[in-house]
Amino acid sequence: MDKRTTAAEAVAEIQDGMTVGIGGWGSRRKPMALVRELLRTQVKDLTVVTYGGPDAGLLCRAGKVKRLIYGFVSLDSIPLEPHFRKARQAGAFQASELDEGMLQWGLYAAALRLPFLPTRAGLGSDVLRINPELRMVTSPYDDGEELVAVPALELDVALIHMNRADARGNGAFLGPDLYFDDLYCMAAKRRFMSCEKIVPTEALASEGGAHALRIRRDMVDGVIETPNGAHFTECPPDYGRDENFQREYAATAKDPDAFAAFEAKYLAVDEDEYQARVREREPVK
Amino acid sequence: MSEATRAEFCAVAVADAFRGDGERLASCFGSIPAIGAKLAKLTFEPDLMMTDGVAYLRDDVAPVSGAPTDEAVVESWLPFRSVFDLLWNGRRHVVMTASQIDRYGNHNFACIGAHEKPKAQLLGMRGAPGNTISHTTSYWVPNHSAKVFVPEVDVVSGVGYDRARALGPEASRFHEIRRVVSNLGVFDFETDDQRMRLRSVHPGTTVDEVVAQTGFELAIDEAVPETRAPTADELAIIREQLDPRDARSREVPH
Repeated sequence: MDKRTTAAEAVAEIQDGMTVGIGGWGSRRKPMALVRELLRTQVKDLTVVTYGGPDAGLLCRAGKVKRLIYGFVSLDSIPLEPHFRKARQAGAFQASELDEGMLQWGLYAAALRLPFLPTRAGLGSDVLRINPELRMVTSPYDDGEELVAVPALELDVALIHMNRADARGNGAFLGPDLYFDDLYCMAAKRRFMSCEKIVPTEALASEGGAHALRIRRDMVDGVIETPNGAHFTECPPDYGRDENFQREYAATAKDPDAFAAFEAKYLAVDEDEYQARVREREPVK
Repeated sequence: MSEATRAEFCAVAVADAFRGDGERLASCFGSIPAIGAKLAKLTFEPDLMMTDGVAYLRDDVAPVSGAPTDEAVVESWLPFRSVFDLLWNGRRHVVMTASQIDRYGNHNFACIGAHEKPKAQLLGMRGAPGNTISHTTSYWVPNHSAKVFVPEVDVVSGVGYDRARALGPEASRFHEIRRVVSNLGVFDFETDDQRMRLRSVHPGTTVDEVVAQTGFELAIDEAVPETRAPTADELAIIREQLDPRDARSREVPH
C-alpha cells in the first residue's frame, strides 16, 4: 500500500463550502504547506475547525472562511493573531467560538460517530448565547443534571502535520504534544497527513518509540512529504518557531502594502520557492 | 531589605489565594500571578503542581525572570488532552486576567462590544467557561479602574456567582471564585448574596480610592484591613529567587 501524494492533489479534494479541520495548536505544528497550497486555490466559503494559529489568520485574510469553529486563535508568542483579529472586527465571517474543551469534545464525538457528548463546560457562560444552535441534554439517571450537548464536529477533510510517517499513513509525533491530531483524522471523511520525512515502516518507532505512533494508517488517506512544512510554526524537535518570520507576518496586518509584498514574496509562489525564499532570509540573532 | 512594593503585596495576595489547595495544578497568566503561585509552592503549599507552559509538570520551581535554572525536573507529562481531563476532574486552581468583571464575578476577556462584530477582539473565550464551572478560579487585574470593574460585562467568558446559582446546585457545585487581586486591593465573594467584597486594601491606597475606581457597588465591611505584608523570607524569595529581573514592576509600577 502506498498513500504518498502531493499537496496539490490533496487540496484538490477540498471544494467550496466544505468543512475542513486543521490540526496542531496555535502556532505549533500546523500543516502550513497544505494551508499554503489551499491558499493558492479558488476554493471559498469554507467552514474551518481549528485550535487556530496562522492557519486561521491566513485563511480569514484570504476571504476563504465563511464560518470559523474555534477554541481560540493565537500565535503563542504573539497572543492575538492580528489577521484574525482584523477579520473578526470587520465581521468578515461567522464566529462559532467554543470553549477550548468543547472543541475537543465535538471532535471526539465525531471521531466516535456519536451525535454529541455531554459536558458542563459552557454552562452559565455566553458560549451558549453566541452559539444558539447548541442544545442541552438531561442526564437520564437519578441526578437529572442538565448538561451541554456538544454536537459532533464532522469534517469533510482533515489536514495534519507529523514529524515522521511511512508511505502507508502511519505517523509519529516527536514533540511534546500530539494536540488533537488523531481526533481530526477520525472525525473526517478524507484525511491528509503531511510530514517532515517519510521513512520505512521499520524505522518509524526508532526516534520516539512506540508511544509516538499515534496516527494509524486507518486514519489517513494521503501522505505528503513536506520538509519544513510546518514553517513558520514550530515543529520540535525538528525545528522551533521562526519568530522573526512570524513577527514580520504579524506586522503586515497593519499595512495593506506590506501584506501585498508578503503575499507576493511568500504566498504567490509554490512550496519549493517558498522554502527557497525562507532559506535566503538573513539569519537573525 | 527595602520595604515591600505594591507589586510585591500583589504577589503575596495571589500566593495567599492558594492557601489550603494542596495537591492541585496551579495555572497562572501574568508575571505577578506566576510569582504568587510559585511563592506559595516554595513556602506554605509545597504540594502544588505547575507546568512548564508546554506539556510537562515541573517539580522544580523555575524563576519568572532572569536566567533559567538548571535542567528542569519533569515529574509528569501533561499534554493538552490531559489538561482538559484534569480540569474537568477539578484538581486545578487557575488565575486568569480579566478585561472586565462585574459584582458577581462574571468575567470577560473575550472581546469588547458585540460578539458578532466586536469593537476589539481580545483573547476570546479560551478555556474560561470550562474552567469556571469545573474548578477554583481567581482573577488578576493589574490596572484597576471602572473600565474593568463594570456594572455589566460585554460577553461572559468566566461564569459569575449569580449565573452559577441560576444553574442550580448540581451544575454549579464545582464553581468557586476564590479571589480577585488587583493593584489596589483584594476582593472575595464572602457575602450572603455572593457579591464582590473588598477584602483588604493595599498600603498606599484607600477604600475611597477603590470605590472611586470601581464601576459598581462593592460590599464593604465597617473595618477593611490592609493587605498582609510580605515577610522577610517571602521578599527574599521573590527578589532573589523568583524574579531577580523585576518583571513584577513592569506589571505594577512603583
